[in-house]
Amino acid sequence: MTEITLIEAITQALAYEMQLDDDVVVLGEDIGTNGGVFRATLGLLQKFGPDRVMDTPLAESMIAGAAIGMASQGLKPVAEFQFVGFIYPALDQIFSHAARMRNRTRGRLSCPMVARAPYGGGIHAPEHHSESPEAMFAHVPGLKVVIPSSPARAYGLLLAAIRDPDPVIYLEPSRIYRLVKQEVPNDGKALPIGRCFVSREGQDVTLISWGASLHETNKAADSLAKEGVRAEVIDVATISPLDIDTLLTSVEKTGRCVIIHEAPRTGGFGSEIAAQITDKALLSLLAPVQRVTGYDITMPYPKMEHHYLPTEDRIVDAVRTTLEYK
Amino acid sequence: MEVSFPVVANFEVTYHQYLNENSEVTHPFPSYMTPDVLRFLYKEMVLVRTFDTKAINLQRTGKMGTYPSILGQEAVSVAIGHAMLKEDVIAPYYRDQGLQLQRGITMVDIFRYWGGDERGSDFRHSREDFPICVPIATQCLHAAGIAKAFQYRKQPRVAVTTIGDGGTSKGDFYEALNLAGTWNLPLVFIVNNNQWAISVHRSNQTGTLTIAQKAIAGGFAGVQVDGNDVVAVRQVVGDALEKARHGHGPTLIEAITYRLGDHTTADDANRYRSKEEVQSAWTKEPILRLRNYLMAHEFWDNEREEKLIADCQAEVAQAVEDYIQTPRQTLGDIFDYTYETLPPVLAEQKAYASRFKEKAHHD
Ligand SMILES: Cc1ncc(C[n+]2csc(CCOP(=O)(O)OP(=O)(O)O)c2C)c(N)n1
Ligand SMILES: [Mg+2]
Repeated sequence: MTEITLIEAITQALAYEMQLDDDVVVLGEDIGTNGGVFRATLGLLQKFGPDRVMDTPLAESMIAGAAIGMASQGLKPVAEFQFVGFIYPALDQIFSHAARMRNRTRGRLSCPMVARAPYGGGIHAPEHHSESPEAMFAHVPGLKVVIPSSPARAYGLLLAAIRDPDPVIYLEPSRIYRLVKQEVPNDGKALPIGRCFVSREGQDVTLISWGASLHETNKAADSLAKEGVRAEVIDVATISPLDIDTLLTSVEKTGRCVIIHEAPRTGGFGSEIAAQITDKALLSLLAPVQRVTGYDITMPYPKMEHHYLPTEDRIVDAVRTTLEYK
Repeated sequence: MEVSFPVVANFEVTYHQYLNENSEVTHPFPSYMTPDVLRFLYKEMVLVRTFDTKAINLQRTGKMGTYPSILGQEAVSVAIGHAMLKEDVIAPYYRDQGLQLQRGITMVDIFRYWGGDERGSDFRHSREDFPICVPIATQCLHAAGIAKAFQYRKQPRVAVTTIGDGGTSKGDFYEALNLAGTWNLPLVFIVNNNQWAISVHRSNQTGTLTIAQKAIAGGFAGVQVDGNDVVAVRQVVGDALEKARHGHGPTLIEAITYRLGDHTTADDANRYRSKEEVQSAWTKEPILRLRNYLMAHEFWDNEREEKLIADCQAEVAQAVEDYIQTPRQTLGDIFDYTYETLPPVLAEQKAYASRFKEKAHHD
């Protein structure tokens, strides 16, 4: 079996599910002939034709609104937004309709759509191409928010997102689209949405992250190991609904916790995790919960973005802070 | 017996051209189009192309970020800027380097912006102009607001907004048309119809015969112009500006042109369009068209051409030099403009960031 990148795992999942289920359709800007600007839909037009692989006019509110209509008819639309910074025009449709259709109609209608978008910084892209608004989506009841961190998770979680009966926001960390390769069997096996993954076990401190930041988090865990600090690393993977139990189990074991995310700090999803940990595991905590995050500023343009993104150093520094409490 | 219903509305869209692709005059030039003005427009287009070639080169050699080439659309961009008055204001899209230069925005600023430096939008000579707009079509509404402010203050000024053919599919564009028509705003919309929105051809973008006719739904006139004919664009934009300036409301101009390059340096247009199509578009491009005309009328010669090329290259080389010498940004550049005054929470984050500033990995 050949190893594939995260972006190839996405293509593989889309192709698998389209083959399996005629109701799955994909739509978005430049996803047909061009295969998407990151090539996530490469080859799908040739395989499944323009009726199921729809190059749309340039309008995001239209893409989301039309996907909602299709979903109400039992189709399973997977809409691509070219960058998450360009999903903002669609928020009215996503927040006011996709998220609420089930509730508004007492379950008579629902919205089994997926909104995919490249997200996050570190790719030297122009203004508006490096945003991390995941907490905004997590704040809206009715949406599920999934963020893969590896090829295998991207494959399994995208299959789950397409099969999910509710709308899923699927955010793809563009910085790691091609960073690592993994063997990903094309077996159609979904991974569970709403579950965290413990990706490394340790006794001394719990590092909680998702998406691209997990790579800096793992590097920090490696360098801490050299100092004899055993970090447990957890990939949250689904930020909404949150699997708090897996996080609590770990924090109860280690007593120390650092949450790492690229999004701005205030109201970032780390705040919610920290609040729940203090709610439910206060007495297990040996130190205050630390957060390593982006700053409360507009995402810097490429020349300065490295000052903004969480680094291994900043994570190690935060861990040291938690270790100062005896 | 056949019952016929009365026709209640009828519309038409005119097409404007003065100099065709064979450099033949198809319509008498307006009187202000003297040899001097023609030469000026020619020089500016050549300057834009020289700049553009260099910008692509800077990206390819790792000295600048992703960049959208304006190759083929120089006439539209330069003519708009030439027709405007200093006190007018632009809310442009991103593929409008010619307009930016005409407005007094410097090459260094444009390099800085695409080099990933916020300071590239702090225009020294053009304080009220909006920075280029990446979220498609949103700028059209800003222009409507600017126009409303002019109208409210009874100032004889006009707001100008530019957009691509793909952008005209978006709600914000239609909303701006609607508002402009409803309030009779001093606003000129210019659509750079370059036939492509990244990989999506104009024919898959909209079912309308022309983009100009979208104005009709807004309640005002839309005209089509040969966007590779700088004389025509200059004239049509000038007319629209005058009309707006005198309180007669908005105009939509659809400039028919062609994006000869890739969408940006991150794109490969060979994936979705044929070489033949691009080759045939090259026969209509704006610069050669005007040069052939100028040469045929002995308004231009090889000697002047050589000097112009050398001058343009020197000007661009100087700008590159200044760009490369740009002092590094500091943390203040990313923190201090979030609000007028830095709130304590940000001051704290900035101090924390400075602890890691040396170690933040450089690329
Ligand atoms: C709201 C939004 N959606 C998507 C994009 C990504 N994008 C950038 S340019 C572009 C195509 C624009 O085509 P057109 O309007 O024809 O202008 P052109 O680039 O051809 O000059 C797209 C889809 C964006 N910048 N903003
Ligand atoms: Mg276009």
